[in-house]
Amino acid sequence: MPTVAPLDLDGHCVATAWLKDIPHFALADGVVHRLDHGHKRVEAHDGLLAAACDGGRLLTGGEDGKVTAVSPDGSIELLAEIGRKWITSVAAGPQGAVAFASGRIAYVRFADGRLREFQHPRSVEGLAFAPKGMRLAVARYNGATLHFPATESKPAELEWAGAHMGITFSPDGRFLVTTMQENALHGWKLADGKHMRMAGYPVKVKSFSWSSKGRWLATSGAPAAIVWPFQAKDGPMGKTPLELGTRGDTMVTQVCCHPVEEIVAIGYADGMVLAARFADSKEVLLRRAGKGAVTAMSWDAEGRRLAFGSETGECGVVDISA
Amino acid sequence: MSEQLAQIPVTVLTGYLGSGKTTLLNRILSEDHGKRYAVIVNEFGEIGIDNDLIVESDEEIYEMNNGCVCCTVRGDLVRVVEGLTRRPGRFDAIIVETTGLADPAPVAQTFFMDDDVRAKTKLDAVVALVDAKHLPLRLADSNEAQDQIAFADVVVLNKTDLVSEEELAAVEAAIRAINPSARIHKTERAGVALSDVLDRGAFDLQRALDNDPQFLDHDHPDHVCGPDCDHDHDHHDHDHGHDHHHHHHGELSAIHDVGVTSISLRGGEMDPKKFFPWIEQTTQIDGPNILRLKGIIAFSDDPERYVVQGVHMIVEGDHQRPWKEGEKRESRLVFIGRELDTERLKHGFEACQV
Repeated sequence: MPTVAPLDLDGHCVATAWLKDIPHFALADGVVHRLDHGHKRVEAHDGLLAAACDGGRLLTGGEDGKVTAVSPDGSIELLAEIGRKWITSVAAGPQGAVAFASGRIAYVRFADGRLREFQHPRSVEGLAFAPKGMRLAVARYNGATLHFPATESKPAELEWAGAHMGITFSPDGRFLVTTMQENALHGWKLADGKHMRMAGYPVKVKSFSWSSKGRWLATSGAPAAIVWPFQAKDGPMGKTPLELGTRGDTMVTQVCCHPVEEIVAIGYADGMVLAARFADSKEVLLRRAGKGAVTAMSWDAEGRRLAFGSETGECGVVDISA
Repeated sequence: MSEQLAQIPVTVLTGYLGSGKTTLLNRILSEDHGKRYAVIVNEFGEIGIDNDLIVESDEEIYEMNNGCVCCTVRGDLVRVVEGLTRRPGRFDAIIVETTGLADPAPVAQTFFMDDDVRAKTKLDAVVALVDAKHLPLRLADSNEAQDQIAFADVVVLNKTDLVSEEELAAVEAAIRAINPSARIHKTERAGVALSDVLDRGAFDLQRALDNDPQFLDHDHPDHVCGPDCDHDHDHHDHDHGHDHHHHHHGELSAIHDVGVTSISLRGGEMDPKKFFPWIEQTTQIDGPNILRLKGIIAFSDDPERYVVQGVHMIVEGDHQRPWKEGEKRESRLVFIGRELDTERLKHGFEACQV
């Protein structure tokens, strides 16, 4: 039976992360909480807007125009400061590189502290690094832009009408997928630029997660987790997605694939968390409904514990190994 | 559940450079009114007040990829409002300042079309600041100036000290000709009472009617402002306004020879089976030209008044309250827009009658 160790905090949980096997909970007020032999906390910003995990550190962007790296010992390193502007997106890259965005500029900060700016004609929405090589993808209005920040080469543009918000590379680097302002995903097969449309969601897709080995892409935005198959040469085109954990009365707000098994943790608007297996759609309840929507989830490296957070501050860790 | 949390009211402030927008914003941020406002501005520059809740944001208009040319949202607002509402305890309301040349439609539509924004916030009112001296020129040379007035629930007619009484009357008539249902406040140095621009509930159908029992009736010759009538102009101007704004079928004020007009329609009881398909079709076809629409509909065999409002192709409606005993069961609909075909709209509307 899964057991839940609750951590009741005050405020919207923007992100969860495991750093050195310690669960971290980043709240919108800028405080990062962790459970390390008791409840500890450190203030990264006055107002935290975006966070990403680079394995060892939690990268955060704030309303204060700062980008910081929070380490599991509670120390905070200031990585960049751009003045009084919101940092709306943060991404972790290879070799200690960090990308972040504010307005129409995407920035890449290299491990040695060097900072590069990439101007765009329209706002930079989501950011993602490719799994291999120093390549940064920017979600923007009417498509995506691929930058090669370590070189002076020109960016590559991928066009598709509409506003693209979130962005992610498949773990094998073959596909680039965006979430849109419309209730849809868009994808490109990078080898030939072929388009993939993944539509039919009743609400906006705000959470996505690749399964182990990148065979599936799980998404929120429906009363079930919608899981697209990416094993075939052309990805999910012409294929039907799995629908896991279907509920009649609420929406999936977060998805997080297990690091080893083909299982996805599904968080709902009412705070419930289920785990569902791809092979047979079998479900296990991980957490009962709470006061607010699940807004963040992450598995530890072995996939034994799941950290979760909600918009009302109800956070915690589910242990499935017991 | 979070859905039960109160929605945060949002006021949209439009107006050209020099209309007094910054003066009004500075007053809102500095006066002691017991409320805290988060303000979304295009540039920090002009606001002389240091406040953590002033957020700079690039106006970012996103067309929705659904084949509808007028379905646009402000992408930056979607993002900023999401960020602000994650820490709801910090402020009571949000003010969005648009640049002078902004089209107010995408701003208003963001609050209807984006599910997340809609869940957390509600559009309170669109307030247009206009400069009494320069408005005639603006109206003549820019669609945006017309649109800002057409969209407004409240028009602050500022810098009245810079014009003569005759000029002022002409400017007011021009505003009325574009938008007969907006409240007009005449001011110097943006000295309007903040309660007249904030927390208006103009998009809240229930409240719009509670505050204003003569909703849609300001353009009616029979309507005389009484003490229960919440629009603030003195009777001289009011009468003057009436002279113009019930002439809107073709006859326009001297300085208002621009494209935006309003059409007021009246009818008896309506058949919902005819009305809904008609309003749906009308907004689909004429949506790009319809800036705002508002109405009260009397449906046959329906004990309650039905109120509708719309922005371009978006229409929403709801039952409001039971018809009172002795109250005339009449349907009224006002369109504000460009190139509206009065005869066609009138015939279509009348054909929906029982």
